[in-house]
Amino acid sequence: MAAHLKKRVYEEFSKVVQVTHEEAPAKKLRLSKPSKSAALHVDLCKASSSTDALQYLLTFSRKPVEAESVEGVVRILLEHYYKETDSSVRLKIASLLGLLSKTPGFSPDCIVDDAINTLSSEKSHQVLAQLLDSLLVIGSQLPESPAVRLRLIEVAYKNLSDSSFGVRTKCLQLLGCLGLLEAPLGKDSDGPGPSLAMRDVQSIISDYFGDQDPRVRTAALKAMLQLHERGMKIHQIIYDQACRLLSDDYEQVRSAAVQMVWVLSQLYPESIVPIPSSNEEIRLVDDAFGKISHMVSDGSWMVRVQAAKTLGSMLQVSPHFLEQTLDKKLMSDLRRKRTAHERAKELFASGEFSSGRKWADDAPKEKLDTNTVNLIASGACGAFVHGLEDEMFEVRNAAVEALCQLARSSPSFAEKCLDFLVDMFNDEIEEVRLQSIHVLRQISTHITLREDQLDTVLAVLEDSSRDIREALHELLCFTNVSTKECIQLALLELLKNLNKYPTDRSSVWKCLKFLGSRHPTLVLPLVPELLSTHPYFDTPEPDMDDPAYIAVLVLVFNAATSCPTMPALFSDHTFRHYAYLRDSLSHLVPPLRLPGRKQVYGLDSVDCGSGSGSVESAQLFLQQSLNRVSTIQNLEAAGAPELLDLTIRDLQRLGELQTELAGAADFCATFLRCQLLLMKALQEKLWNISVPLILKQNITVTAAAQQVLDESYKLEFLYSGLENRQVATIHHVRLQAKALQLILAARTRHGLDSLISSCEKFLQDVESFQRLFLTELPHLQDSFVEKLLELLPRLSSCKPVEQVKILQTTLRQSGLLQLRLPEQIHRATATIIEPTGESDNPLRFTSGLVVALDIDATLEHVQDPQNSVKVQVLYPDGQSHVIHPKPADFRKPGPNRHRLITQVYLSHTAWTEPSQIEVRLLLAYSSSCSSRLGWTDAMDSLHPAEGTVEGTIPFSKHVKVFIMPKPARR
Amino acid sequence: NMPEINVTPLGAGQDVGRSCILVSIGGKNIMLDCGMHMGYNDDRRFPDFSYITQNGRLTDFLDCVIISHFHLDHCGALPYMSEMVGYDGPIYMTHPTKAICPILLEDFRKITVDKKGETNFFTSQMIKDCMKKVVPLNLHQTVQVDDELEIKAYYAGHVLGAAMVHIKVGSESVVYTVSVNKYAKSHISAWIDKCRPDILISESTYATTIRDSKRCRERDFLKKVHETIERGGKVLIPVFALGRAQELCILLETFWERMNLKAPIYFSTGLTEKANHYYKLFITWTNQKIRKTFVQRNMFEFKHIKAFDRSYADNPGPMVVFATPGMLHAGQSLQIFKKWAGNEKNMVIMPGYCVQGTIGHKILNGQRKLEMEGRATLDVKLQVEYMSFSAHADAKGIMQLIRMAEPRNMLLVHGEAVKMEFLKGKIEQEFSIDCYMPANGETATVTTNPSVPVDISLNLLKREMALGGPLPDPKKPRTMHGTLIMKENSLKLVSSEQALKELGLNEHQLRFTCRVQLQDPHSDPDTLHRIYTHLKSVLKGYTIQHLPDGTVMVESIVIKVSSSAEDTNAKVLLLSWSYQGGEYFFTALCIVKRLMYQ
Repeated sequence: MAAHLKKRVYEEFSKVVQVTHEEAPAKKLRLSKPSKSAALHVDLCKASSSTDALQYLLTFSRKPVEAESVEGVVRILLEHYYKETDSSVRLKIASLLGLLSKTPGFSPDCIVDDAINTLSSEKSHQVLAQLLDSLLVIGSQLPESPAVRLRLIEVAYKNLSDSSFGVRTKCLQLLGCLGLLEAPLGKDSDGPGPSLAMRDVQSIISDYFGDQDPRVRTAALKAMLQLHERGMKIHQIIYDQACRLLSDDYEQVRSAAVQMVWVLSQLYPESIVPIPSSNEEIRLVDDAFGKISHMVSDGSWMVRVQAAKTLGSMLQVSPHFLEQTLDKKLMSDLRRKRTAHERAKELFASGEFSSGRKWADDAPKEKLDTNTVNLIASGACGAFVHGLEDEMFEVRNAAVEALCQLARSSPSFAEKCLDFLVDMFNDEIEEVRLQSIHVLRQISTHITLREDQLDTVLAVLEDSSRDIREALHELLCFTNVSTKECIQLALLELLKNLNKYPTDRSSVWKCLKFLGSRHPTLVLPLVPELLSTHPYFDTPEPDMDDPAYIAVLVLVFNAATSCPTMPALFSDHTFRHYAYLRDSLSHLVPPLRLPGRKQVYGLDSVDCGSGSGSVESAQLFLQQSLNRVSTIQNLEAAGAPELLDLTIRDLQRLGELQTELAGAADFCATFLRCQLLLMKALQEKLWNISVPLILKQNITVTAAAQQVLDESYKLEFLYSGLENRQVATIHHVRLQAKALQLILAARTRHGLDSLISSCEKFLQDVESFQRLFLTELPHLQDSFVEKLLELLPRLSSCKPVEQVKILQTTLRQSGLLQLRLPEQIHRATATIIEPTGESDNPLRFTSGLVVALDIDATLEHVQDPQNSVKVQVLYPDGQSHVIHPKPADFRKPGPNRHRLITQVYLSHTAWTEPSQIEVRLLLAYSSSCSSRLGWTDAMDSLHPAEGTVEGTIPFSKHVKVFIMPKPARR
Repeated sequence: NMPEINVTPLGAGQDVGRSCILVSIGGKNIMLDCGMHMGYNDDRRFPDFSYITQNGRLTDFLDCVIISHFHLDHCGALPYMSEMVGYDGPIYMTHPTKAICPILLEDFRKITVDKKGETNFFTSQMIKDCMKKVVPLNLHQTVQVDDELEIKAYYAGHVLGAAMVHIKVGSESVVYTVSVNKYAKSHISAWIDKCRPDILISESTYATTIRDSKRCRERDFLKKVHETIERGGKVLIPVFALGRAQELCILLETFWERMNLKAPIYFSTGLTEKANHYYKLFITWTNQKIRKTFVQRNMFEFKHIKAFDRSYADNPGPMVVFATPGMLHAGQSLQIFKKWAGNEKNMVIMPGYCVQGTIGHKILNGQRKLEMEGRATLDVKLQVEYMSFSAHADAKGIMQLIRMAEPRNMLLVHGEAVKMEFLKGKIEQEFSIDCYMPANGETATVTTNPSVPVDISLNLLKREMALGGPLPDPKKPRTMHGTLIMKENSLKLVSSEQALKELGLNEHQLRFTCRVQLQDPHSDPDTLHRIYTHLKSVLKGYTIQHLPDGTVMVESIVIKVSSSAEDTNAKVLLLSWSYQGGEYFFTALCIVKRLMYQ
């Protein structure tokens, strides 16, 4: 027994030894060659069952593989593939093949053969489909290799007759993506192959238009579209087949067929096709337009959306067909009935206003001939009428969009679709309403609104959605109206709007400004009424602070710019108000030439003469100032501070006067201020005084260095339109500031350790500067950096104390860097419109709970505001909160302009007295090199994002808000 | 004798009202709707059930009853039929219909019995008993009535819970639909898949009408209400309790929300409140907009619309009131009308049709002085507006539905004969399908061409597929060999071997032999060899063997030569072939004959 036990012990012991022995080389392998292939191999060999193997593969696929080891991994995978009996594991391996061949830096041509070979032995359709999918990936990774392509195409042809839809679908996809665009010229290119691969891809794909499986039919259509996208010219024969598929039973087929028909209509717009069951012929694009229009009343809404969208881009269609899309015949008991549109138009023409009073004014009129009534939409008839009345708002939206595109290219169509678009202003879904307002604005150059239409349009001004109202204001800015009644109506409604939603003030004023300047002759007869002047009596002077009165004045003054007779109608106080408004709302009130009045206002005369010429002269002035500054040789030159001071002042004033150049002038001024600060800091006598005595002065210098640093961040991130050159200059200033800080630190602090580390850090900064701006270095001649780089070998070898000394002398000797201005430079600005900060009523809320504060601000020249703009709330006790607005809170009303409408939530413990909090906007920045941060594999990255500085720049004024948290009552 | 589907309208055949259509399909009898006629108070009020059976109960003759929606002209005769005539089978209707139908039936009963004093009418208990027989339907749910008959409900427009029904027996099918509301965008929407039924039975009330877009009408309506409210006037909207009223409520509610209006909207109490409750419950049965906003709140939980109290009518300031009944002939709407009629700032909007003789009809025709009871006259100063909202489909909607479902035949009911005639012509012209419009009691017969499903064994299919070409080409039919076994109502196609095995039969070899007499001087083996070599040269690609026992085999054909004892030149050629080898035989025979007569 004992012997037996002993034997077992030995047995087990020996087993253990064996296992460790086996694993040892595996470990060694991993150490010597850190490739994933080895690890994978071990894992796969260890797998006892297929589920285990699948598990290993799944975990394996989550990790990236280096380009060098891909091939090895693939070999191992394939080896295992042939051994594996379970199809799910083979499927995973097949998908991994595709995934791996996408590895950047790896060229999959070495595994093509192996991948293709796997196909021959595969029985499972799913795995086969996956393999083809991977081959597709491999093929698209090798666009330059026609031989591989030919082979893959051949493989696809061979498997096209597979019985599984999945395999056929993939084959078609492969053909679509890799099919040869033109047949190779030389038939003798390679011996046995040409028969299959040379066949016409299009005819082969189109054979599958009639496949029994809808998914294959869809794939065939998609493959054909893919060919088109890759630049192959699709044969016209396909057209008939595609048209037949429009009546397929399956929606995805119909949807793809719509696209196909569209593509062909764009390729062969002018070919002639016969109309079946008649001997007439029409242009292909018209025929296609009719057929796609028909799809607008399809059973599936996806197809309807597709069809409606597509219609918009068929601009070559004949006007006759285009106008049919708006055809609408109504009838009641077989009698012709007029549409509401027609009735409105008639009323308008007959001069009668207001409708609907009479019972049965929509009573049907003449009898219709039953033969002429078209019940089912045939061809283009009424396509948009259907689309706009569709039950799904997605379809309606698409139809509106298409209408817009077509109307923009055809003024006559624009005129016709006006009624329909105006109708859409009353859609039940806000998106559609908004969309149709935008569309109307886009085509507004073609149209003039009738009174009844304007009436409908203006009714929307009362909408509670701010977006809708603002879109409408925007629309009114561009609208032409026909009569003076229209102007009156518009003004009335806008004033009503102003009354109901006082926050719309600026938008309404702007709208009236354009309305006035567009229709001076229509405004003229209204002036006495608008200004309530009377020929004999003096009327009371209206309240100047009334927004409604200001609105009226804006309208009148803008009309008066191009109507010189108008000022004669003004009363005395109007002139006074003009002067006031011209000053306070100069962006809304234009300069007027007022007869019999002296041009007292200096501002006016400047502005009257201002044109493009003054911009040029200002530009010249700016350049001259910069040139003058550039004469300063180095930072210690005498008289330099005075010159800089003067120039800064000039530039600041220039920015105020000339808004076009505000950005550039501001930029220059800030830059020069940095230089000035540096200069002053270095000029101080303190550098010659011994250390203990200079503590006080040190503080001012430290502050200056810090300020330069801050300003440099502002320069970099607050201005848009900077080129690499300017960025280099800014970084250079920052480097100078850092050098200054280092010197100061060396003088005040005594810890050598901290000095060493900050010296190292500085050297790193210099290196990174060199790396980043290698191309800019030649422009930085005679600068601090250039000198520094010359001394770099010496610097990095010597002791910190010496380093500081070298730095000090270089810094003091280096010259002033020239600033070159880029073409366009804009400063990011933000204006908080709301809260206004004028309210004396505190916002009361129970302490501990939250209160929402509405914020409305416009941002100009801010790039990517969704990520960079933050709201800061400062409480009186010094607490500050930074709030990140939602991306959806940003709208983009114009180029370089954003609008932030958001709510910030405030909360605080109880106060005894209402107090003011401050709200402002911040611009967040991070100066990291974005390329390095692209890889998120944080564990692997060795450099922890070097030189990343994150911070915020306040770029709007403070707005004060009264709040009053009350203690909760118990 | 082809199978046929018979459709007989008991009501609504070339007529409007009391919908009741009998369908017999594949041996099943189905009743579609069981409505009453509003225009009659006598026996003509209900469908003539004696058409089905003279005496006794209907249960034996009907397999099921399907109700499309809750309007009384579609369900009003239901308690009468099930409880008084007698029917115990299943009655199918959608959930909302089941909920609302008894309310309307009870209301109808109250008016007839309590107000008009009729006797011999169904009682409340009967309505309850009747509703117990109801089986509720879900949308797109296929319900198996029995082994063969299945029904499936689709969403129809019209009113809450209205359904199209797809009835299917075997491969024959019928779709029945009330007016589908495709174009008029109300709070309800419809869709059907391409089910290609044998018959599509559709209502055709508005067969000769093409309507303007709903949006225009809505805008007019809203504009009028808005203007009056801004003037400080009051708006009265007389409505019927169900359907229209809810639609208008939603419309006003959203408009109030959109325009940020504050004036109160009231809704007269009573029936409508209950109905609103059901609309709230069945929110999923409504349109996209309502369903979408449901995430935030239930649209039917009106925010601006409150219940009306009699005293509110005298409140100052603007307001909107919905009040029943719709034709201003009695009740709350009339009371309010009397109070408000004197002020020209106010407005009354009639949203529907008014019967002659009612006040509604009078004012719509411009009458400004009304005689009230007690010889008092009422000056009508308020503005009178008319607004047509109808939930019925127009001609385009019906055509659209035909396009969607692609039926083989069309059958029109619930409409006037003249109008149907027009639509019928149009349908036949556009779709080139037959269209029927039977009158009440008349039977329309449609013969169908049903496909007979046959089970095929997988092995046989695979074998046949392997024989010819890689893929079956859908354009070209292909013949295949197999044995059709008909057994206990099922058909099976199997290979002959399997058939033999299943039936327990032995396989019989069938061989045919043909004798060909010919003159040939050579010896038997020589002749045979000549034949062999010749065949070999002519028939390439066939297996031809010269067997040692003196025969030649061409595939399965055996050729043997024997000479008679008396005349060695007169040879007899024996050709023997099995039943399967028939095709080759004639080729082989021709070749041999040609050789011999050379």
